Amino acid sequence: MAYPEKIRNLYQGLVKAIQDAGLFKQERFIHSPQAADIEVEFPAGAPLKKVINMCSNNYLGLSSHPDVVKAAHEGLESRGYGMSSVRFICGTQDIHRELERRMTEFLGTEDTLLFPSCMDANAGVFEAVLTKDDVMISDRLVHASLIDGIRLCSAMHDTYKHSDMAHLEEKLQLHADKRLKMVITDGVFSMDGDTAKLDEMVALGEKYDAMLLVDDSHSSGFIGKTGRGTHEKCGVMGKIDIITTTFGKALGGASGGCVSGRRELVEMCRQRARPYLFSNTIAPVVVSGVLKVMEILSASTERRDKLEKNAAYWRKGLTEAGFVLREGDTPIVPVMLFNAKLSQDFSKALYDEGIYAIGFFFPVVPQGQARIRTQISAGHEIHHLDRALDAFIKVGKKFNILGKTKQEIIQMYGM
Amino acid sequence: MEGLKDIILQYVTKEYLEDDSEPLNFDTPLISGGIVDSFSMVSLKRFLENRYNIQIPDDKATPEAFDSVNKIAVLVEEFVGKKG
Repeated sequence: MAYPEKIRNLYQGLVKAIQDAGLFKQERFIHSPQAADIEVEFPAGAPLKKVINMCSNNYLGLSSHPDVVKAAHEGLESRGYGMSSVRFICGTQDIHRELERRMTEFLGTEDTLLFPSCMDANAGVFEAVLTKDDVMISDRLVHASLIDGIRLCSAMHDTYKHSDMAHLEEKLQLHADKRLKMVITDGVFSMDGDTAKLDEMVALGEKYDAMLLVDDSHSSGFIGKTGRGTHEKCGVMGKIDIITTTFGKALGGASGGCVSGRRELVEMCRQRARPYLFSNTIAPVVVSGVLKVMEILSASTERRDKLEKNAAYWRKGLTEAGFVLREGDTPIVPVMLFNAKLSQDFSKALYDEGIYAIGFFFPVVPQGQARIRTQISAGHEIHHLDRALDAFIKVGKKFNILGKTKQEIIQMYGM
Repeated sequence: MEGLKDIILQYVTKEYLEDDSEPLNFDTPLISGGIVDSFSMVSLKRFLENRYNIQIPDDKATPEAFDSVNKIAVLVEEFVGKKG
């Protein structure tokens, strides 16, 4: 097909504009399994460098766990590499249904349906269960995948201010005339690390006959006393109508996701959700690995307990060092820098010190709220956290931000 | 219509602005200025429809027509006028 110079120039201009705006994303090549200690090639062609990973979603340290790897090998041998089919034609093995049963039991729901990813689960769930007569009311900071799913659905969409329950109630009243109302939130918000007020949301849902959907991707496996998720932490197990979650983070970190919840809603997804209907089944090797993860988590809370202790240790260390943090009690600990360039310079200086942590800035987070998002893992040992803390303090001193308030940092570096 | 612009301004301020934001005026670009996203326009539209007992068709509720308090007031007056 035609790809003349003028089209090439157009795209080259777009790429350059992204570079000029300082928004160009570059991958860093990791030459080792995912873990607390990794070997990285960055920039491309540079010699390998051993660094401590402080920014993965490998919350439980199971991504390269020997038992999970072994189970995946066994699954590969016994069930093969691929299924060459979507689920409903000839892509469902016994282990797919087994994993759905395990997730239903773990999450305390009525039924579960696997999707190729949680992005796909979120993309498909709304149009499968809602119509133009309904309304979706979402927190203003929900994950991009929820926003995409909402966009694909014909129901009306409105938002409420982040975690503002009075505002949510106003919206439930405003849309009282709609056939169905669905409130949508992340369980733990990925950029800030705070937890949705699910107990209050369930109460509002009961008062106004609204369903509640929670994306628990940054919670499943470790939030709550036995790691079931934010619904366990908030004391509302069995009261969330739909939970979407991923196997791509704490639960082995490979890929795949699911919709879990009320039986009829899950069945509607099985009948109508397009990413389920038109995309391949999760590979047997991944399903086998996740089944082992669920076995490990059901047998003991040791890993989530260690993660909780690690996260508290890390947060305390950073606080005492004088960093400005986002409030929270999850393994996501954002170190606030406010200025976009500062976040990039800080990240680079950390890398020079052997610490891998990424700076986030607009449009990933709101304007003027740039940060280093640190993520703690049960795979971290105290010596990892101590070394990372030393590096943060060294770099924090270099940029003169320790003990400084938000206003003082903004005064020095701008928004 | 008396007070219409003030009512819209008050609603937009309460609904969309954070506590430390710059105050708005009747001409502040709301959507093109990134203050209101197209998703959040829905609540403003519904608020106006409920408050003034009108129906604004979707093809009239464009980002352009909702881009400032002055423009929104023109739109609302058009439909309140039709109703009368």
